[in-house]
Amino acid sequence: MLTKITRKKIDSELKKFPVDQKQSAIIAALQIIQTENGFLTDELIAFAADYLAMPKIAAMEVATFYNMFELKPAGKYKISVCTNISCALREADDIVCHLRKKLNIDFNEITKDSKFSLKESECMGACGGAPLMTINNHKMYEFLTPQKVDQILEELD
Amino acid sequence: MLNNNLDNARKDNEIVPICLRTSNLENSSSLQTYLSVGGYKQIQRILKEKISPEKLIEEIKISGLRGRGGAGFPTGIKWSFIPNNSAGTKYIVCNSDEGEPGTFKDREIIKKNPHQLIEGMTIAAYIMGAQVGYNYIHGEIWEEYESFEKALAEAKKANFLGKSICGLGFDFELYAFHGYGAYICGEETALIESIEGKKGQPRFKPPFPATYGIYGRPTNVNNTETYATIPWIMQNGGESFANIGVENSGGTKIFSVSGHIEKPGNYEIPMGMPFKTLLELSGGVWKGRKLKAVIPGGPSTPVLPAAEIMKATLDYDGLKNSGSSVGAGSLIVMDETTCMVTTLKRLSYFFYEESCGQCTPCREGTGWVYRVIKRIVDGNGKPEDIDLLLDVSKKISGRTICALGDAAAVPVLSFIKHFKDEFKYFIKNGKSMMDTNS
Repeated sequence: MLTKITRKKIDSELKKFPVDQKQSAIIAALQIIQTENGFLTDELIAFAADYLAMPKIAAMEVATFYNMFELKPAGKYKISVCTNISCALREADDIVCHLRKKLNIDFNEITKDSKFSLKESECMGACGGAPLMTINNHKMYEFLTPQKVDQILEELD
Repeated sequence: MLNNNLDNARKDNEIVPICLRTSNLENSSSLQTYLSVGGYKQIQRILKEKISPEKLIEEIKISGLRGRGGAGFPTGIKWSFIPNNSAGTKYIVCNSDEGEPGTFKDREIIKKNPHQLIEGMTIAAYIMGAQVGYNYIHGEIWEEYESFEKALAEAKKANFLGKSICGLGFDFELYAFHGYGAYICGEETALIESIEGKKGQPRFKPPFPATYGIYGRPTNVNNTETYATIPWIMQNGGESFANIGVENSGGTKIFSVSGHIEKPGNYEIPMGMPFKTLLELSGGVWKGRKLKAVIPGGPSTPVLPAAEIMKATLDYDGLKNSGSSVGAGSLIVMDETTCMVTTLKRLSYFFYEESCGQCTPCREGTGWVYRVIKRIVDGNGKPEDIDLLLDVSKKISGRTICALGDAAAVPVLSFIKHFKDEFKYFIKNGKSMMDTNS
């Protein structure tokens, strides 16, 4: 179920912790698996738990607690837009409206071709570049305007 | 201690780069660049001369450095809580889990000057006798997490980390840990739970992390900016640092300016600078508009109307006297067009969303507060809703394990205190006072 590359990546995270504290790598392990699979299934979470020798329920608690994990299918490109105060003051609502209209979906929905999904995010800790969004959790885009959003989406295949 | 022409460092109107001292150099984050400004010289000097931890703590106490994550606890005193000579593993943790809206200074330190943070944490490890450290990085700033991993690899390769640092017999391993989207993990015991691979739910205190932290071992948790300041203090002396600031607020502080401002960004300035001066440095209110209000330290600190903040100085006592506090130094600027009711609605949603759910007053209270403000914004407010909001907020405050409950109450109480007329207007007319369309 876990590919060799996935295992290797998790193993390298495990090196950060004492040998008897494998559970410490669960956030990293779930992140690695999600990055590969797009979202987490119960089965994948159970595999991660087994791999780290921890109870499945404890891994499930982690997967449901941290909000960058996806427990349902997401688009190939998951767009998370921050709408918290500093972004809101710099017209993040316009970005959200633009994305909703352009993609014809609301928050927590996927486009028909499964290419995009849209999510509302809490503060990303980069408010100096507001308004902000991330794509697939790991790539951040700052100082957004509707035009800039169009350009970013066009460059995604 | 060196004293390189710092007599004139205290200026009222200038940026004084300490944590961000490599910012304007090429490849600011590289090891080479950090070495070019005297980087890693302090840890080497301390190890070579075998300077006692007590002496170093004394220097930090003289500097007046206080925890930069929001609590403002004196760093020198905190570091004396961990007995240096106790047996077994001890941990040093850096809290870079910046999720307080308006805060983005740790990201800049990690991005622009990661080696100064690494050296600061290593000095801290030497002082407290710790062998292992973690830097817990906010989930959404993934690129900074990766660049910090690179900086760690560089430092290890050059033997500034790992076994017998610089061949001087002191071992310290430092790792990067990424969060994955939970504001509460900025609370130090929630962060510790998260490092242990659990939900980030705060622990009861006592025991404090100094005696019972990661895996039950003594652990010191400090903010990124706090650690990153240490090498400079070691280089120039505590007194030089203290002299840059004002009484009770030693040194510089990075203020993150966001919202309705011409030049949003991080400004590392001497403590005690008048807010007015920083407003000028950051280009003033955007679009030539007038200032309405400022949240000085992130939403956990009370909002101040323009008249109050324009009189304030940016230091612990200055902002306290104005009725707010420094917090994490996250100035959120709001112009004259801002509707305080809808702004409070967004902040209340944030605390409701991020409450970890452990304590009933916070879990239920934050949702209750949000729903009441939402009904006001939806045009269905009732005259008694203002008192209801105040009542619920006061009943969350002080009744929870961690400070998130208290923090959730702060914006409600302070927004209503200073802008009650706007709330009354919204309830009476079913629309915002700022809404000029009839």
